Amino acid sequence: MKIAMVMDPKDNVATLLSDVEKGETVQVRLGEESREEKVGEPIQFGHKFALKRIAKGENVVKYGEIIGRATQDVDTGYHVHVHNVESLRGRGDKR
Amino acid sequence: MEFLGYQRHDGRVGIRNLILIFAVVECVEGIARRISEQVKSTVAVTHHYSCLHLGNEQVVNTMLGIAENPNIAGFILIGMGCEAFRAEIFSERLSKSGKPMEILGCREMGGLVRTIESGVEIARNMEGEISTQRRKPFALDHLVVAVKCGGSDATSGLAANASVGFAVDQLIKQGASVVFTEPIEAIGGETELYRRAAHESIRKRIEKVIVNEEKYWKMPGARMEFMCKGNIDGGLSSIEEKSLGALHKTGKSPIVGVLENSARKCERPTAPGLYFQDGTHLDAQAVTNLAAAGAQILVFTTGVGASFEGLITPTIRVCGNPTSFKKVKSDMDINAGTIIEGKESIEEVGSKIFREIIEVASGKKTKLEGLIPGVFDVLRPDPRLDMLAGISRRL
Repeated sequence: MKIAMVMDPKDNVATLLSDVEKGETVQVRLGEESREEKVGEPIQFGHKFALKRIAKGENVVKYGEIIGRATQDVDTGYHVHVHNVESLRGRGDKR
Repeated sequence: MEFLGYQRHDGRVGIRNLILIFAVVECVEGIARRISEQVKSTVAVTHHYSCLHLGNEQVVNTMLGIAENPNIAGFILIGMGCEAFRAEIFSERLSKSGKPMEILGCREMGGLVRTIESGVEIARNMEGEISTQRRKPFALDHLVVAVKCGGSDATSGLAANASVGFAVDQLIKQGASVVFTEPIEAIGGETELYRRAAHESIRKRIEKVIVNEEKYWKMPGARMEFMCKGNIDGGLSSIEEKSLGALHKTGKSPIVGVLENSARKCERPTAPGLYFQDGTHLDAQAVTNLAAAGAQILVFTTGVGASFEGLITPTIRVCGNPTSFKKVKSDMDINAGTIIEGKESIEEVGSKIFREIIEVASGKKTKLEGLIPGVFDVLRPDPRLDMLAGISRRL
């Protein structure tokens, strides 16, 4: 089974170590623990998917830290990336 | 553990024996390059911040740091003769280094062509003089290792940076100093960096560098981009995510110092441990700053397969993405993609990186050393812009 890594127990996203197809079940690893999760759409190697529903305006958490904010609702198993996440730092347009 | 290096008069140890040919003004850069083409042990450099002195103090400090880098065995300074940014600004301090030094004034010597002819002869003599030096064993407390990343992707935090972090902790345990910079890649990683500050005063200095960097990027005027296409294609969604992966290359050791890099001074490590240098993430300027802080060697990590060789610092490239590694295998010194494939552990690859650092320090050529010109560029934040943005480089 293909693998996705979770970096910290607080994370709401997992990083895929292979390309995956829509509906594929992957093994989600956090340290020694693992569980299975279904991916909702085709996602590339190295990209992230939501481990639970992330509502618009909610923080996206990886490495146990905030890496950005959801700009739209993201369902469990769906791709989390620049199309639905915005950075909160170093932005001249957000003063 | 020991490595084989060249003893310098100031007590520092070089891992290469290079002659620096420094065109103090860009109009004589061609002279420096022509001399360098004809004499093997030389490296030619210049800067592009005008021939004036006031406002260029940081360039002076960086170039002093470069000339004093222990990989430099001797230097030739070339000027036109009409500049305010004179070779003599450097010569007083550098004459105390005990390294052979020559100053060439182009007008005095009869023009560009004549200066090339004389310069080649001078450089050849200097090369002969330093060629008698022999490597001797030294403990790792004579080693300053720089770490930097470029072309990060989602594998960076999992493989290349994680294994370099393991090597960094081993180096520090054995008495070496390690320096990282790239303040932009501290944005979002503050919690981790503050937690690792060895002292409250160090935490404050780290904070100052990060606040300055964010002020710089928030300056109004134009929309700036700081994530490249490769980062985004590789799965990184924000600078925060990129930073958190990038910080893995610094291992888990405490941060024992923050190095100022300013118009006032260019600091370097004074004791073993991990140091954060104020500076930039831009490859050529970052590797130049790191060399100015005394780094003899650079470890560069990548996910997408980006690479370069440092001019002063031999560069070990570590690639953590197995697909990228296959594409650019001939450029890469270490394959950390095996971690992603589940074939090797972070510790196994980290130990390989540690051994490679010792071997390259002792004279082994890196994959690209001698095959491609090394990168070099001087960073000089504009002091007027800094003032407008409320940035003080004084830590």
